[in-house]
Amino acid sequence: MKTVLSTAHLHFLLVTLGLVLAAHSPNLPFWVTLTSIGFGGWRYLLNRYQWPMPSTLILIGINILIAMGLLLTFRHLFGRDASLSLLVVMSSLKLLETKALRDYMLMIFIGFFLVGNLFLFNQTIATFLLSMPLLLLLTALLIYVRLGKTQSISFLLQYAGKLLLQAVPVMLILFVLFPRIPGPLWGLSQDALNGMTGLGDRLSFGNMSKLTQNSAIAFRVRFKGAIPSNQDLYWRGPVLWHQDNREWLMASDAVGLSSEQLEKVGQSVRYTITLEPHNRLWMLLLDMPSSIPANSKLSREYSLQANVPVRSRIRYEAESYRQYKLGAAPLSERNRIVGLQIHDNENPRTIQLAQSVKTLNPKQKIDFILNRFRQAPFTYTLNPPILGNNPIDAFLFETKKGFCEHYAASFVYFMRASGVPARIVTGYQGGEFNPNGGYLIVRQSDAHAWAEVWLENQGWVRVDPTAAVSPQRIERGIGEALSDIDELPLMSRPDYPWLRKIMLNIDAVNNGWNQWVLGYNDEKQFDLLTKLLGANYNLRDVIMWMMGTIMVVMSITSYFLFKKKAVKLSPAQVIYQQYLKKLKASGLQQLPHEGALDFAYRCATAFPELKDEVMQIAAHYNALQYSASATANTLQALQQQVHAFNIQSTRTS
Amino acid sequence: MFAKIRSNPFWQQWVRVADSTGTNAILSPRKIYIIPTRWGFLYGLMLLGLLAGAINYSVSLGFFVTFLLTSLGNLGMLHTWRNLVYLEVRLQHAKPVFAGETAQVLAEVSDTKNRVRYAICAHFPNNTQDHQDIPANATQSFQLPIVTHQRGYFVCPRLTLYTEFPLSLFYAWAYVAQPLQILVYPKPVHHALDPRASADVDAQGNAFYSKGDDEFNGHKTYQQGDAVSRVDWKASSRGIGLFTKQYSGKGQSTVWLDWESTSGLEKEARISQLTYWVIEAYQSQQTFGLRLPNGTLKPSNTEAHYHQALTALAVL
Repeated sequence: MKTVLSTAHLHFLLVTLGLVLAAHSPNLPFWVTLTSIGFGGWRYLLNRYQWPMPSTLILIGINILIAMGLLLTFRHLFGRDASLSLLVVMSSLKLLETKALRDYMLMIFIGFFLVGNLFLFNQTIATFLLSMPLLLLLTALLIYVRLGKTQSISFLLQYAGKLLLQAVPVMLILFVLFPRIPGPLWGLSQDALNGMTGLGDRLSFGNMSKLTQNSAIAFRVRFKGAIPSNQDLYWRGPVLWHQDNREWLMASDAVGLSSEQLEKVGQSVRYTITLEPHNRLWMLLLDMPSSIPANSKLSREYSLQANVPVRSRIRYEAESYRQYKLGAAPLSERNRIVGLQIHDNENPRTIQLAQSVKTLNPKQKIDFILNRFRQAPFTYTLNPPILGNNPIDAFLFETKKGFCEHYAASFVYFMRASGVPARIVTGYQGGEFNPNGGYLIVRQSDAHAWAEVWLENQGWVRVDPTAAVSPQRIERGIGEALSDIDELPLMSRPDYPWLRKIMLNIDAVNNGWNQWVLGYNDEKQFDLLTKLLGANYNLRDVIMWMMGTIMVVMSITSYFLFKKKAVKLSPAQVIYQQYLKKLKASGLQQLPHEGALDFAYRCATAFPELKDEVMQIAAHYNALQYSASATANTLQALQQQVHAFNIQSTRTS
Repeated sequence: MFAKIRSNPFWQQWVRVADSTGTNAILSPRKIYIIPTRWGFLYGLMLLGLLAGAINYSVSLGFFVTFLLTSLGNLGMLHTWRNLVYLEVRLQHAKPVFAGETAQVLAEVSDTKNRVRYAICAHFPNNTQDHQDIPANATQSFQLPIVTHQRGYFVCPRLTLYTEFPLSLFYAWAYVAQPLQILVYPKPVHHALDPRASADVDAQGNAFYSKGDDEFNGHKTYQQGDAVSRVDWKASSRGIGLFTKQYSGKGQSTVWLDWESTSGLEKEARISQLTYWVIEAYQSQQTFGLRLPNGTLKPSNTEAHYHQALTALAVL
């Protein structure tokens, strides 16, 4: 089929691809976007001034330059970001030799592919809404290249919109029932994980306060039953044992050993957590977990780890006890050594202070150091001063300004120096209740570090030194605890309550989106199918169901598609149809090829007594249908005649 | 022979063809074929790429776009089929042509379902054609050129109607067979023979090459059958009727075009020579008769006679 592609086709293509490029521009290096716009503009000018297309030699030269540019930017041509840039810049170069139908088709398909790839970078509602008009334009363009004649844009958009809307039912079936395979199919390159933040596997001075300045959501929690008060919301993450000057690390061999013994007291709390991807193993749980979700394991100090790094949003249910006894049995020799490990030749003043309270019992030692935090002018700040070679000494005796990691680390250091086993627990503390969705939002800014000390007969007891210096932090959240709130992200600040309200509303919508649209994965599908098809369904059942429902939906769609559109009758035709109906009763039918007048002659032959009536009706009808001189009176006359027309009465009389 | 096989492969005898009942054929659902175009396959490949990306990066909205576009392609198939089904096709008689010339067949394609049909294409084998839209409940004419090779009655090959609208991902087509015959006159070839070589030329001075000695002999009122070329347009333009110029003289005398006078040539060459003479005679407004092995046409100089003579030669 010969298709004449006009300037209008080219402009449509350039505008559509330009919009796709604009949507992708945050994911592209600036020069790639700029170069691609340049090629598009060049193509426009080629057509505008009828310049010759650039020669193959020039195109090869540009190709080499681009490949070099990409190599310089990315150092390789693989992975998500580099291949996107490669595809974008190469396809915009392809515009320079786009003239035939095949080139247009290729460009349109690349356009579709790029829109699909938008979601590799983010899956927000905004991106979703942005992709809709792009898909619409591409579909309209696909229709347009098939129509050589110039059609109006509104016709094309309408047709494309109609097609896309009709495509929705089958899309939904596929979305729900198409067998989902857990990814990835091949190794993800590191750039796919860019922008994932969360707790690290080590604690050093400053890294917790840095995380706190990020308002990204760490996870959301929905409680079954009442939400515990803020000071009970300790979300347990990695437990750090090993001290190395300024850094605290996890004990490397923590996983293989048998778990500490947990004695549960009182009522349990049940909840569901939706964890944002952070590319690490931790799965946060409320202190102290008693049941663990699938595909994860509990370390011996009760921090939960996934089997593979969390690279997509996951949801899990858990149960915790707010009152408990952890590891009350006598401490093993190994744990005692690890729990007391410090470097002897550092922080002499702290060690000296610890030696001076050696005679007190462990409880008194805790009180001693906490009192020190309370009484001396210790402040809680996001911007602690830089500490020297003996950081604990510098913090405890000189600067006295610190964030949670400073308090937790120096507390644990002091306890160890005075002979009490202690460790640091990192995680999150608190959270913000969203009344619109009935769930709790925990952000990166809620990241926290606290301590656990081991006491005879009581086991590991949680002590939060930050609470000593800043009780508001634990009771009311970080926004209330800091004086220098300007450093905090907007969502953690106590001012602008109306803005927070709007933001909470948006988050409620986002949460629903995450749960129902983005969170629909192989596990959710498994749950749903187990509910629908029973516990032991197999792949064949799913495919049968999928095909079956698609067939039903397509049949319904086809019915509406192929149903003949009713011809719209003119008022005269409507009246004439009534007249024909009356005649039909007496066995007279107008034949398809017969005009109204011919039919009237035939009727007049059959019923000579009705000759005048039928001839008049035919004349009026013809006048109304084909003559410009017909008026409303003619229509009225026709109506009256047809109304008065009665074949039965004439016969009987 | 080979050309014949190529234009009509063996499997063609099994395909379903929309036959005409009387004058028109309707493309009923069972007569429509549909396959993906190469764009359809490329589109499928693109969908596979999108699906792989969605699985690999566990991107829910990637699945969404993949499935929306899958469903769109699937729906495109329905729409392409729907664009062609229940069209009504009527082939109109084409004017006779000389062998080797292109005959123009007129195909009238009508919508019967009250919807616009976009980008419909009609063509004979090896014959491309631009597409046209058919308005709802209306008829669109397609001019279909078809090259003739042999004299005689040329049976129109199957007409193919197809469409790729709206998405170009699927190609739906149907064959239409209609008993339309095109009359193909023999190809005129002059073999430098003279019709006078024939023995039985009656009438005097009958060389139809002789010109200039015809004398204008006045007008007569136009009668049906008079050669159009003899109408005196100048005289007729006065608005008092059509007048035919009347001539007298040797030129008007009858020439007999005789099969026997072409002896020595092969059959087709003889026919071509006679055809050439018929055209010559008609163009020089000479009254001519035609003698063929299977019959004789009485001398005349009307257009009807001219076509009669050519037809006789075409089917000889």
